[in-house]
Amino acid sequence: MMSGVGQYSYVAILVFVMAGCLWLEVVLRTRVFRRWLRLILAIAPALILFAIWDVYAIAQGHWWFDEELILGIHLPGELPLDEVLFFVAIPVASILTLEAVRSVKDHWRVGDEAGEGRR
Amino acid sequence: MTYTQLAVVSVLVVVAADLWLLRTRMVTRAVFWTSYAIVVFFQLITNGMFTGFGVVRYDGAAILGETSPEVGPPPFIGEWRIAFAPVEDLMFGFALILLTIALWVFWGRRGVQRTPVAGPPIWRRRSGTTARSVTTTRPSPATRPDDAP
Repeated sequence: MMSGVGQYSYVAILVFVMAGCLWLEVVLRTRVFRRWLRLILAIAPALILFAIWDVYAIAQGHWWFDEELILGIHLPGELPLDEVLFFVAIPVASILTLEAVRSVKDHWRVGDEAGEGRR
Repeated sequence: MTYTQLAVVSVLVVVAADLWLLRTRMVTRAVFWTSYAIVVFFQLITNGMFTGFGVVRYDGAAILGETSPEVGPPPFIGEWRIAFAPVEDLMFGFALILLTIALWVFWGRRGVQRTPVAGPPIWRRRSGTTARSVTTTRPSPATRPDDAP
């Protein structure tokens, strides 16, 4: 494992992402984290599918990471822990953004309103 | 398969899932495209950081453009790159974002934590007609069931 501040480069970018979206939960009252079970159920399948893609791409050499700029903790399949955090951060940011938009545009249909989806 | 092929297939598969498997039809909704426009703006910034600083590099055999250079950033724009990142990353990101949002709405449609709903923003007053209006719907102490002995 490498040492030095450089190894937090990847995570620092994720912190930038979270800083850009977490305030929506308070200011736009998105209430995403209060719906934590639904959040987990939305994130988990995408996380698994994209982690599999990531492992394949790393094995095929489609992309690779600068070991000095990531945490240095690898999961099976040479998957950096940083990448798993990415597949949590980006979906959380996306769902927060969706709920923030509907918070402002409360007349726009999303498809999960009461009475929808039960046919 | 190359990254280019996988990226195109992932977009097609996720759009198909949104329309016909999950039946969330997010790609037909203004709320999705507005959200995506916001997310993709930030994605270009973060992609630019990941690839501009060389946190991640790409093999020219797997993408439309050239292999990332050993030293220094790839082209900012051009040679199939946008903000240093291969165009394939935009398709990868689109698939990830659409799948996540479609799944979120899918579970809501199935009744999983449909509530509490989002909004209103803190600068807007709560509408008096919604069930969430605390001041108008709270029962008087005499009729509140949990006050019963």
